[in-house]
Amino acid sequence: MIRRPRSLGSFPADAGFALSVLLVVLAVTAPWLAPGDPAALGEPGEELQPPSARHFLGTDQLGRDLLARLVHGSRVSLLVGWVSVVLSVLAGTAVGVSAGLGPRWLDRGLMIVTDAFLAFPRIFVVLLLVSLSRPSLLLVMGVLGLTGWMGLARLVRAETLSLKERDFVQAARGLGLSPWRVAAVHVLPHLTGTILVAASLRVGGAILAESILSYLGLGVQEPVVSWGAMIQQGRGVLLDGWWLTTFPGLALTLTVLGYNLLGDGLRARFEPRGGRRTDHG
Amino acid sequence: MSAWLARRLAVSLLLVFVVTSTVFFLVRLAPGDPLHRMVDESLTDADRDLVRSRLGLDRPLAIQYLDWLGGIVRGDLGTSVKQHRPVADIVGEAVGPTLLLTTTAYVLHLLLAFGVGVTVAARRGTAWDHGLQTMGLVLYSLPSFWFGLMLIMLFARKLGWFPVGGMHAPDAEFLGPGARAVDVVHHLALPALTLGLGSFMGMARYLRARLDEILAEEHVLVARSRGIPEGRILWRHAVREALLPVITLVGLHLPFLIGGAVVVEVVFGWPGMGRVAVEALWARDYPVIVATTWIGACAVVLGSLLADIAYRWADPRLRHPGQGGP
Repeated sequence: MIRRPRSLGSFPADAGFALSVLLVVLAVTAPWLAPGDPAALGEPGEELQPPSARHFLGTDQLGRDLLARLVHGSRVSLLVGWVSVVLSVLAGTAVGVSAGLGPRWLDRGLMIVTDAFLAFPRIFVVLLLVSLSRPSLLLVMGVLGLTGWMGLARLVRAETLSLKERDFVQAARGLGLSPWRVAAVHVLPHLTGTILVAASLRVGGAILAESILSYLGLGVQEPVVSWGAMIQQGRGVLLDGWWLTTFPGLALTLTVLGYNLLGDGLRARFEPRGGRRTDHG
Repeated sequence: MSAWLARRLAVSLLLVFVVTSTVFFLVRLAPGDPLHRMVDESLTDADRDLVRSRLGLDRPLAIQYLDWLGGIVRGDLGTSVKQHRPVADIVGEAVGPTLLLTTTAYVLHLLLAFGVGVTVAARRGTAWDHGLQTMGLVLYSLPSFWFGLMLIMLFARKLGWFPVGGMHAPDAEFLGPGARAVDVVHHLALPALTLGLGSFMGMARYLRARLDEILAEEHVLVARSRGIPEGRILWRHAVREALLPVITLVGLHLPFLIGGAVVVEVVFGWPGMGRVAVEALWARDYPVIVATTWIGACAVVLGSLLADIAYRWADPRLRHPGQGGP
């Protein structure tokens, strides 16, 4: 039977890529692109106005322009998403490669640590750590990064262990190359695909986590704008101010969807499903 | 198997112990304590110190820890700083609602995953396939708290079909047992939908990938060549074979669902563990924080233990070598 090479056509992946790029552009150019200052209070009587020609997405309870706030909110989401994922990727790759290439005791020790971290119920720990001190952007990024590396560490370790058996790695080790060199030159380049896919799939999750923290009031604080906090702000006026809850949520969904589509597309490219079994088995 | 199980159990217990102890020290070492969150202008510093010493918070950490450990051994989880009630009562009241919410959501999750997974596997490459997959990815990308709010906005506030939040109507005490159950289900519908709908896609995709593999195997080819209808092949051969590995995933989903439930419980005011945990964090209610983390850690560790056991049970090579299936 002829097997389709990809589970998803390339259109969703392209759409994901386009969405992600668009978002980065939006976040970078926010100060110029946004219609006015996100913190500027409106004229008296402009509070809680529905979408109109003057304010495309309406205004909040303080008369601030929702579109301007939405555009600025993209910065926090992207920053937290990317920085925390880069942190997790660095930690996860370091642990995974060290465990895979290192001596047996190191492997066992690192895997015990990984299992211990995995045993913490993530959301409880994130909420706990964030609530213990003053909420800030750095804290949120650090906590999400610190609690997100374990899955990747296991994945990278497994890949490293299988690479270790391959001839070129055996040869490099046999020639007496230092473990660092083996890792950097012969193992890491082969892990790029795995890491890229895992990272892009995680950015969406990190952005969601940030929005949850902000919704609960534990994320970044005013005057920094965050979509989660904007949704919380609209909670009290669900019907009379539907735009306050609806639009930030839509922006959030689109952003996360973009990264998930991108990650999915990358996965289809780097790990064509079923190909392995028929090629090597 | 039993030696393996004993070792695995010991490691699990140890992990739970390490996690709970870490949290115990973490909350106490962090700046601020329960007294900071009690905003009462009439309290002088001396009053605060008195309350601290009455709560035993002025003792050295090591003593507090030993005291707490002694309590655990006797089955005493301590007393809530904020509610002045035994933690066991607070947590005990919350476990039921959380289990009700998560199991309902999980059943929904399984039904949707099977429905979508099998539908998609049977129609590979068609518009159905792409449509359902894309829709699943959209659902997967939805922030659950926002989706919950949207459901509340539409179905509770606007249309009035469902209550806005909570688990019981205000007059539930006066209802008969049947009407009370209906009332709970009525309150349960939106939060369970939020939780189940947002999470099923992962499993649906896994199922589809498995079915894809199975449908390409030789015994399916043989069945096809014998003229067995495609639907029968799918249900009688492929789905049955794909079922076992899916069952092993149930354990791994447990912590995930409980994690998701935290946010959903807060949004819907559902009186479960997640809401208790978040409220305890706000009040810096040490004993309740430690107890909820303990339960969370138990759920995570138990989940992965169950997954391992199910995996061993499902894989005959690990169970009874040499004994094949029917």
